[in-house]
Amino acid sequence: MNELNNENPVLIIGGGHSGVSAALEITEAVNKKVYIVEKKSYIGGRVLQMYKYFPKLCPPFCGFEINTKRIKSSTEDNIKFLVSSTVEEINKEKDGSGYKVKIRQKPQYINDNCTVCGECAKVCPESRPNDFNYDMDTTKAIYMPAISTYPLKYTVDENYCKFTACKKCEEACKYGAINLNVQENIIELKVSEIIFATGWKPYAVEKLDNLGYGKFKNVITNVMMERLAADNGPTGGKILRPSDNKEVSNVAFIQCAGSRNENHLPYCSAICCMASLKQALYLREKNPVSSPTIFYIDLRTPGRYENFLNRAESDKNIKFNKGIVGKISEDNATGDLLLDVEDILSGKKNKFRAEMVVLAAGMHPNIKDDLKGIKIDGDIKIDIDENGFIFNENFEAGIFSAGVAKFPLDVYMSGQSATSAALSVIQHKVKL
Amino acid sequence: MDNNLGIYICSGCDIGKSLNVERLVNTAKDSNKPVVCISHDFLCGPEGLNLIKTDISEKKINKLVIAACSMRAKQDVFNFDPLTIHTERVNLREHVIWISPSNDNNTQLLAEDYVNMGASRAKKAAFPEPLIQDLNKTVLVVGGGVTGLNAAINSVKAGYNVVLVEKKSNLGGFPYSKYKKWETVPPFDKNIWIKEGLDQLINSVENSEKIKIYKNSKIKSVSGAPGKFNVEIEASAEDNKAEAATETIGSIVVATGWKPYEAKKLDYLGYGLTPDILTNVELEEFYSELSDKGKSDSFGVVRKSNGDKVKSIAFIQCAGSRDENHLPYCSTVCCMSSLKEAALIRKNNPEANVYIIYKDIRTPGEYENFYRKMQDDEGIFMVKGAISEVSYDKGNNIIDIKVKDTLFGGDIDLNVEMLVLASGMVPNSGDDVLNQEINLNSNSAQSASGASCPPSIPVSTAQVAKSGLLNLTYRQGKEMPDLAYGFPDSNFICFPYESRRTGIYPAGSVRMPLDTVFSVDDAKGAVLKAIQCVEQTSKGKAVHPRSNDTTYPFFDLPRCTQCKRCTEECPFGAIDEDEKGTPKYNPERCRRCGVCMGACPVRIISFKNYSPDIVASMIKSLYIPEDPTDENYRILVFACENDAYPALDILGLNKINLSSNIRVIPVRCLGSINNVWYADALSKGIDGILLLGCKFGDDYQCHFVKGSELASYRMGNLKETLTRLVLEEERVRQIQLEFTDYMKLPEIVEDFVNKIKSLGPNPYKGF
Repeated sequence: MNELNNENPVLIIGGGHSGVSAALEITEAVNKKVYIVEKKSYIGGRVLQMYKYFPKLCPPFCGFEINTKRIKSSTEDNIKFLVSSTVEEINKEKDGSGYKVKIRQKPQYINDNCTVCGECAKVCPESRPNDFNYDMDTTKAIYMPAISTYPLKYTVDENYCKFTACKKCEEACKYGAINLNVQENIIELKVSEIIFATGWKPYAVEKLDNLGYGKFKNVITNVMMERLAADNGPTGGKILRPSDNKEVSNVAFIQCAGSRNENHLPYCSAICCMASLKQALYLREKNPVSSPTIFYIDLRTPGRYENFLNRAESDKNIKFNKGIVGKISEDNATGDLLLDVEDILSGKKNKFRAEMVVLAAGMHPNIKDDLKGIKIDGDIKIDIDENGFIFNENFEAGIFSAGVAKFPLDVYMSGQSATSAALSVIQHKVKL
Repeated sequence: MDNNLGIYICSGCDIGKSLNVERLVNTAKDSNKPVVCISHDFLCGPEGLNLIKTDISEKKINKLVIAACSMRAKQDVFNFDPLTIHTERVNLREHVIWISPSNDNNTQLLAEDYVNMGASRAKKAAFPEPLIQDLNKTVLVVGGGVTGLNAAINSVKAGYNVVLVEKKSNLGGFPYSKYKKWETVPPFDKNIWIKEGLDQLINSVENSEKIKIYKNSKIKSVSGAPGKFNVEIEASAEDNKAEAATETIGSIVVATGWKPYEAKKLDYLGYGLTPDILTNVELEEFYSELSDKGKSDSFGVVRKSNGDKVKSIAFIQCAGSRDENHLPYCSTVCCMSSLKEAALIRKNNPEANVYIIYKDIRTPGEYENFYRKMQDDEGIFMVKGAISEVSYDKGNNIIDIKVKDTLFGGDIDLNVEMLVLASGMVPNSGDDVLNQEINLNSNSAQSASGASCPPSIPVSTAQVAKSGLLNLTYRQGKEMPDLAYGFPDSNFICFPYESRRTGIYPAGSVRMPLDTVFSVDDAKGAVLKAIQCVEQTSKGKAVHPRSNDTTYPFFDLPRCTQCKRCTEECPFGAIDEDEKGTPKYNPERCRRCGVCMGACPVRIISFKNYSPDIVASMIKSLYIPEDPTDENYRILVFACENDAYPALDILGLNKINLSSNIRVIPVRCLGSINNVWYADALSKGIDGILLLGCKFGDDYQCHFVKGSELASYRMGNLKETLTRLVLEEERVRQIQLEFTDYMKLPEIVEDFVNKIKSLGPNPYKGF
């Protein structure tokens, strides 16, 4: 299919698991150029912040390592990355050949000379909240975003770097890899297809007033729990609660925090049951006397995932409570949390004390918010549904979606949807 | 082949500060006699790179040893044509100076050993000769249901020809008997006619010139390999007249769908007591037939036993599913199915009451919209509970259902006129023949957390105990290996289409319980993998997980002893055998893991750049000091390239010290370790050997499925060798390590080094 080579490239917005998977599936099938636009300084996306994947409890970096190897070993060099970049404009070409896209790339203070030797961070006097760990610790203002990144280099946080007032890192770098004076780049591309692989963010659970997130330190979200469990996380893999760094054993998991709620996320986020079961198992593995309790409406573990539910249920220390948590308050003296629970099975109202509460925050698709920042030529129909997902592909226009931009999906199904989107792109090429 | 060796040692990133680079250059020169051996303080910079490029063109350097950072870094810089230049990366940074004390003789010796090992490998490595060939690219789709039809039409849309084989006389498959399905686009809250859309799809498939359809047909046999499969097609039953045919095929999508769980096994839920107790599929079929007779709005109106109007109807969810005595998994579609059927009943028959008895309602994602709408219907009663008994009162023609553990606290009795059992999906993945799973006693390896792994894991290396679907002529069995419950692989979360038979990809509900909406997407994904496989293979490139690898094993058959280990142990069934047991290797099926190379006792299997001989020469190049002091113990580490090797890198990035006693050799997979290497190492005077590889067992993480498990199994044989040599078996240890277990490495290594020290030095040292 070499004849496809001279056409315009594919644009993939989002360099997370879905975007990278789609890019690889396309380029390993046809000799086509793909541009991935990623807002962070590295690819891999939110999944890299997971400690382990369900149901195998394997680390995300394993599959990511294979994917980066696939990228590096490609002799055609067809995948191009624009990191620290956002799409600003999408304009439809009048001749129907595709889209002209304007991309803004933040200044690339660190160039490819970077050897990740780490001398810059040693001399950097500034620190910043570490977003990779959901701000539960800090890094220097010049930092490695994760244990293994692609591209493999340091990055500079513009909000915390003192630039010309400091420049210590520039002086420390022996390889000319740092230039704090560089400007941003504006890149214009002509593309013939677009895949939205824009992923998700955890639902802003502070909107659920009654659950106390943001008010009580020991109410955290499920994504934060992943970092607490991770060996490379802020606590070195010990599950310690934020208020006093105490190792916790009695932890309450509250399902559907925002999901299945018409005032918040009307849909089911599909992954949270499995995620909380997984996190209950983290706790059980790390702390033999721990006793997690899961408060749920329905336990949703489809297909073979049922095994995973059985595995958690067979651990008698993991308690399941079909109940709705009405309100959470804090015991000032201990930092513990007091939950008002309505047990659906018995109909009784109970009190429950927990050392820490993990809210199973739902998946909020990014695309609706992202599109607010993109100037779009009016003729382009991006079929976003009322919940902010792009389920329907627009084949004629060559606009597709993958992963959580499409539907609330887990990693496995995101990979499936990315592979499917890759075929759609190839079909669109054939038609052009 | 000329061997023009060039050794380039980088002194940047503090390598020059931590090591005596001049000494390193001199020892590298003395030991390896290179054409060029120099150091540079910024080898990956433009000047350093230019030095290398100039030497390549002027001094005809074709074997490069880059002693600098990890092979995982700067790959884009040290990027030379692999077909004419061998690039060997020696990791002086992450694996030496970042994990060892600076300016220390042991650190220096470590660096020297690594440079010498790299040079030894570079000298022995030959250039890959990619197997580029013209291949057939036709996609065979097995099964003409929703998934198969979508696979066929989507292959055509991507520019490929299709052969479609359907066992029945008509296309459309299972859902064709269904009345309606739920809306397939957001907001997923309506029911739509299923037949119209399906009829259109069937028409477009039947009218496509690029699709050759065999109805009433099944696969008699599949032989060959991707790009050159030979597929024999025959009549699916004796009473139909479909003609036999043979097709050449590129790759295969298996879309054979599902069958309902056997209804008679649901007698514990009352099945068989009265025609009014029926399965969900029978319900659809019953009303579908009435509708075909012109009674289009009869769904949920007519009572099956007597034709009266139905007043009450109950659904029992998970009838057979989520039950370890029946189907241990969740069939995924039944909640939406029953809600859809309830909605239809309520629409056509507003006076009827509908009860849905469930454990958990599973309407993931935006399907929740449909559930919410149903909850608002006053005639639908959602009853959470477990069934204690279903009985039938013949006199009153009433079904009695006793439900316990309900939300109301107590037990309840429901009297209904009809009862629908939401029975589950069973994959059509072939018929069980006989189970010949071999139990190989795997020897116990410790996990990184220190716990012992299950002592005996059945290694189903050879037989696949199914037939009747693809009827592969493969040495390892006729069908795709099962992962669980009849569903084939993938076991990989990141790689949902990984299959253990290259070029054959299952899709739809044969792969996992899926509804029609997601089966369409799944069909497309499988088609992508199918066409990708033939495209990559025709360029001589491997498919996942060693995508783009152009090397493949060479079998020196005249020396073969027909022991059949390679044909049994290949995780991907790539090797057949002739009557005598001589391996017949199929490069197009091969995934390049090297498990066959590891299996071969006479070492006749080798890659151009990876072979028993190459690794033996690396081991031979090690300097083994004879003086039995603590720092002179030598531990050889075989590390999986994908997880253990990067874990060592990340330890380096974190600058955490590791024992300088170890020497690491990266391997494609622990399964590629040939037992001769243990003998080579131990006779050389190596004191202990540590294997760092992936987790095995049910939740295996080995991307070659069985590699790390086989390594562990083969250590059983090794122990006999050790005993014969009067060496302690503890001198070899395998640890299961995950990528992110890097912080555990210092302890793992120290623990092993201490163990070896307690055994004392290898008595063969100095021989």
